[in-house]
Amino acid sequence: MSKQKVKRKYKRRYDKVSTVLLFVLPALIPLIVFWIYPICRSIFLSFTNWDFISPTYKIVWFKNYASLLKNPRFYEALWQTLVFTIGTLFPTIILGLFLALLLVRNFRGSGIVKFILFSPWITPTVAISIVWTWIYKADGGIANTILQALGASPIKWISSSDTAMLSVIIVTIWKSLGYAMIFYLSALERVPGELYEAGALDGATSFRQFFDITLPSISPTTFFLTIITMVNSLQAYDQIQVLTQGGPSGSTRTLLYMYYQLGFQEFNMGQATAVAVVMILLTVGLSLIQFKVSEKWVHY
Amino acid sequence: MAEIILKNITKEYENGFQAVKNINLEIQDNEFVILVGPSGCGKSTTLRMIAGLEDISDGELFIDGEKMNDIAPQHRDIAMVFQNYALYPHMSVYQNIAYSLKIKKVPKDEIDKRVHDVAASLGLEELLDRKPGQLSGGQKQRVAMGRAIIRHPKAFLMDEPLSNLDAKLRGQMRVEIADLYQRLNTTFIYVTHDQTEAMTLGTKIVVMKDGEIQQIDNPTNLFNYPVNKFVAGFIGTPTMNFFDAECIEENGEVYLRTATGKIRMNEEKTKKLKEGGWIGRVILGGIRPEHVELANTETDAVFAGKVNVFELLGSNAIVYVETGEGMVVMNTNHVQPQEHGDEIRLTVQEDKVHIFDPETERTITN
Repeated sequence: MSKQKVKRKYKRRYDKVSTVLLFVLPALIPLIVFWIYPICRSIFLSFTNWDFISPTYKIVWFKNYASLLKNPRFYEALWQTLVFTIGTLFPTIILGLFLALLLVRNFRGSGIVKFILFSPWITPTVAISIVWTWIYKADGGIANTILQALGASPIKWISSSDTAMLSVIIVTIWKSLGYAMIFYLSALERVPGELYEAGALDGATSFRQFFDITLPSISPTTFFLTIITMVNSLQAYDQIQVLTQGGPSGSTRTLLYMYYQLGFQEFNMGQATAVAVVMILLTVGLSLIQFKVSEKWVHY
Repeated sequence: MAEIILKNITKEYENGFQAVKNINLEIQDNEFVILVGPSGCGKSTTLRMIAGLEDISDGELFIDGEKMNDIAPQHRDIAMVFQNYALYPHMSVYQNIAYSLKIKKVPKDEIDKRVHDVAASLGLEELLDRKPGQLSGGQKQRVAMGRAIIRHPKAFLMDEPLSNLDAKLRGQMRVEIADLYQRLNTTFIYVTHDQTEAMTLGTKIVVMKDGEIQQIDNPTNLFNYPVNKFVAGFIGTPTMNFFDAECIEENGEVYLRTATGKIRMNEEKTKKLKEGGWIGRVILGGIRPEHVELANTETDAVFAGKVNVFELLGSNAIVYVETGEGMVVMNTNHVQPQEHGDEIRLTVQEDKVHIFDPETERTITN
């Protein structure tokens, strides 16, 4: 190939790349500024002893990680995160599907019911959580009033370390239910009616049809919701902040809340960012596992 | 094998629309019955009522003497092939075919044997591990049939099973379905709007229109003795020519007089026209394009006009002629190329003329 030809070839390629960049740049700039750079910066900070206020810091390499691994609070937070994630994930998916199955057949007023169920998702979590603190009030809260009316003894809800996590989980499920329901509704509507008719003629009962036809047909939606709900649970902050502030006695301190406390209450940004990095690894790891496992149960 | 009887069956929807109106039909063991008619005639609804996928609003359905109105589809022992195949997309071909046996808890060894037997008979052995998404239309169709066959049902219901295939494949699959019917020797009920499928496959054809049965007969009788204008026009391609003519009597002979000429009636038709008091009245005549010929002499001519379109189909040609009676179509083996605008005179095979009452459109002579 002559020199000129090579030059022309590279010029063409350069032109192509620059054209693509031109179109991608508007999306790329905010991504770099607000996401990629902060992540890289956080990873860097996790190797320092920065206290969030001082202009100077020292590189301490893996010291933050080492002390984190020795800290029982970290393991507690990891456990609380796991409990919170599993505790919100399964009920959200199952109840969301249940509601969608109830509402998939249109009836008079079904649109309003759907809207009411979906509305918590579009209401700010802080506002919802404030209302729930009133509901959860040990004396005179609606939750306990109902319990007492039913003859049950009142519960301390967010004031007790035994029930605080359950209380936060309930609020989170309540908020996400409508979101899961809307996705399931659209997935259920897309399952061809002929499949159920074929199933009926093949001898499948409604119960069997649900497991053999409905669930596999909506499996991509289930997979999507599993990932989204899991990520949302790992990122839950607002409701914990308003309802319990991680307490009582650390019983609702998830990893993200621990990050907040370490960084902004204890001014130990180095260790806080180390927790954040662990969270990123956890999220990526869990997502990868789900993608791998999904090959077996998700049918596109 | 099953005998299926529909007694005064009606399907009325909540909005009051009647898709099927009081139909009666007896389907004997091992018959291949075709429900044929234009879109919206109620043929698919009838099939779905037999399958149990639609409620019967009124009337009774019997399968092998047992009333089936309120029996769930899974207990009717009937298999159905759907227009869009309705294969389970997440299951392999093997699992699709085996599904009904799995539900019945048939032992695995037997399922395996039966699936392989069915697959072999339909040429699906190589495809057993594939998912429906990886199959062509024809292959999907075969899997759908395999799924129906494996159960050894009392009857096979097929709802326009070939309508999603291209013309060549449709021809092939038609032969395969005919072959299947010979081998399985059981009752088939087949819905189609394609009269070629109806005429080639059916032992009994039910022509429907607007939710009502127009005629039930074998293909030959349906073609030769249609009971009304609708059936006459629906069966046969190109469609039958219809024309107004006056029924006259001259020198003891009865003729149908058109604008150009006249058609002599044979003894049988003469008798029926006379008995019906049709002499001197206008009737609706019908003649199939294959019974229209070029007139040798001017006196033979029944229609005269100008060639509109000349379609050469190889061994035969279809000529569309604009006449005083409207468009007359001739399907002829004597291919003489014609140009647009050529003057042409046509005659008809006198014995093949159909005569209908212009008001009721029912046949007068068949």
